[in-house]
Amino acid sequence: MEGVAVHPKAGAHETHPELSFVRKYIFSTDHKVIGIQYMITSLLFLLSGFTMMLLMRWQLAYPGHVLPIIGRFLPDTMAPGGVMLPEFYNQLGAMHGTIMVFLGVVPLGVSAFGNFVLPLQIGAKDMAFPFLNMLSYWIFLVGGILMLSSFAMPGGAAQSGWTSYSPLADLAPPGQTMWLIAMTFIITSSLFGAINFITTTMNMRAKGMTWMRLPFFVWCQFVTAILLVLAFPVLQGGAILQLMDRVAKANFFIPANLIFGGVPVEQPGGGNPLLWQHLFWFLAHPEVYVLLLPEFGIVAEVLANGTRKPLFGFKELVISLCSIGVLSFIVWAHHMFLSGMRTDVTKFFTVTTMLISIPSVMVLTCFLLSLRGGSIHFTTPMLFAIAFLPLFGIGGLTGLPLGFTPTDIYLHDTLYVIGHFHYVVVTGSLIALFAGIYYWFPKMFGRRMNVFWGKVHFWVSVIAMNGIFFPMLIQGMAGVLRRQYDPTAQVHNLPSLGLNKVMTWSAILLAVAQIPFILNFFISLFKGEKSTDNPWNATTLDMAACPSPPPHGNFAGDLTVHRGPYEYSVPGHKTDWSPQHVPEDQLTGRMQQQPAQQE
Amino acid sequence: MSSYSTPWILESSDEPTSTGVPHGKLGMWVFLASEVMLFGSLISSYIVLRLGSPLFIVPSHEMLSVPVAFVNTLVLIVSSVTMVLALASIQQDNPKGMIWYLAATIACGLIFLTVKCWEYPHKWHEGITISSGLYGSFYFTMTGLHGIHVLGGVLFNLYILVRGLKGHWSPRRCERVEYAGIYWHFVDLVWVVLFPLLYLL
Repeated sequence: MEGVAVHPKAGAHETHPELSFVRKYIFSTDHKVIGIQYMITSLLFLLSGFTMMLLMRWQLAYPGHVLPIIGRFLPDTMAPGGVMLPEFYNQLGAMHGTIMVFLGVVPLGVSAFGNFVLPLQIGAKDMAFPFLNMLSYWIFLVGGILMLSSFAMPGGAAQSGWTSYSPLADLAPPGQTMWLIAMTFIITSSLFGAINFITTTMNMRAKGMTWMRLPFFVWCQFVTAILLVLAFPVLQGGAILQLMDRVAKANFFIPANLIFGGVPVEQPGGGNPLLWQHLFWFLAHPEVYVLLLPEFGIVAEVLANGTRKPLFGFKELVISLCSIGVLSFIVWAHHMFLSGMRTDVTKFFTVTTMLISIPSVMVLTCFLLSLRGGSIHFTTPMLFAIAFLPLFGIGGLTGLPLGFTPTDIYLHDTLYVIGHFHYVVVTGSLIALFAGIYYWFPKMFGRRMNVFWGKVHFWVSVIAMNGIFFPMLIQGMAGVLRRQYDPTAQVHNLPSLGLNKVMTWSAILLAVAQIPFILNFFISLFKGEKSTDNPWNATTLDMAACPSPPPHGNFAGDLTVHRGPYEYSVPGHKTDWSPQHVPEDQLTGRMQQQPAQQE
Repeated sequence: MSSYSTPWILESSDEPTSTGVPHGKLGMWVFLASEVMLFGSLISSYIVLRLGSPLFIVPSHEMLSVPVAFVNTLVLIVSSVTMVLALASIQQDNPKGMIWYLAATIACGLIFLTVKCWEYPHKWHEGITISSGLYGSFYFTMTGLHGIHVLGGVLFNLYILVRGLKGHWSPRRCERVEYAGIYWHFVDLVWVVLFPLLYLL
């Protein structure tokens, strides 16, 4: 591709002394290495959270049966004789939620892809604060290990749900203290990351990279970072208060005259348990968008690339994104309609919840219209990105009844809620993250993943995911409550009990479907087909302006950006992609057509 | 030349930035935005429970030793002034003046912390502990968290002072003096909000 991008394979910083292995790959300050570290770590955490869910699902499908394979190895405090104890079920539930949200999906979407892709896409040599970036990863790792090791605490891990509602969490066994300490590490790590992302995006754009020329992915990461900076400290504040309640016997969330386990609590109390819920959800609602916005960005990149045409309504997408960011701070109490709230307050939060659905639908509509008239290349990332649209749509639309108080009061605390947010986070976010992995894998490692096994992974995963989550919506409408250890305990559960077996076997199928992915990932790492520098013939700087994998320092020289991010199929240009950094005369003039590399 | 050659938490490179604001300054302001939310969450929790809980009993002014806290507030405000003067000195190429003003700022911070160390046992003596009631819970949590921030500020200023003694700062190279100042003013500002909330109202 002579003429399009001149980037010698040699790194831009040949004068640098060669770094030792430890400084280069372990305690590295290079944003690309940190991104890959984050990716592998968070994929491992996703796997561990998924395993916990498999154990819970077995208990739900076959209550009181011996857990297969793993059951024999569990200690008597968790599963005597291989049969799960209720306390252990609660621990698994709390840890599944915590790990998936804070250690799995968010680090993968924000920290892994953000770190690797964002500086490349804006034409920066690295993050603004590389050392802080490295610190962020290691603090995250310590937090994650603390979180997992809390299973070894006396009384087991945290078991008050990932929401850790007080006063239950105030009086729970010591695992909860470990949860709070681990959360402090995770919050600190994400704060460092977010400071880096905001500063880098604002300050380190290449020449000519104006705000409206930033790829949508960068916009998404930028808004996400703002949400993290403003929302996470509030949970930190709440966590400090709960820690003080637990460790120093403070009274923040302990109501007066509280009796726990038949024994009056020694503190005088006077605090308000609802306060914890407000502090928690003030974080956790923006957190929902932190789970989602980076994935919007990934889908946008893949869609524009796979349809070979500009995104529909780029400006509208950016406006919607910013509206979502602002509105996400004033909807938090729709998680608390059941907690007791004045009707005028619930009205406010119902209205804001309906308002925030408008920009969300706008984003989805723009994505859908982007498909129209495109010449769609059904590559592996594109399959995932297209599947994102209807499946995330189900997740979003099933959320509307939960935003209205009358319907929410019936549906809240049923499996309907679980079905709803898993459609958002799994068939939405996680599918988009898979698209991202397949899309950026050649850029990260210089080799392509196998196409056939990628498609097997896609089809089996999508079918299995629907097999898990759609029955939840049905069970929820039938009134089956969430967080139940024994589903046979209530008579009204019995008619829909058979669906539990469908869900459990679908979950096992989903586990099996990840085997080709894992093997494909590691085998392609060493044996995959060598990738070209621009593996998807994309226009953004991450793909077009640097080799695969990019060297230390990323770009050979200073870049100048000449056009918007998604200039595909421009009339008069020799190729159907017009990279952001290539001057106009080079695109219209002498340029050789490179054979398309789409699969 | 490149920003990753010397690892430092708030690395500032000489390369021009897109906004014209140095990285470190922007990063510091973003960090302070998160700090505002952290203290904001505690302060709003305080207001909610103070106005909403019948068991929120505010101790009398005598028990709270208001005059001591008032002096402490003045000490912090003075330290903010000396911090401004320290930055102004180095910007006018007067490193000696900067060192003296910085030393005064650090001294004020240490005085503040010492008085706090006297105040805590005094409160315990009066029967106000973290578990005695909601006021005590808030008092010790909020002033404790603020105290940790003051300690952080003192250490930050100490780092600037030590580098200053080695002649590290000059009018063209004093961004970190400014960052330390921004942080120190924020810590003072938090106390200016906490003092009336916890002692006067």
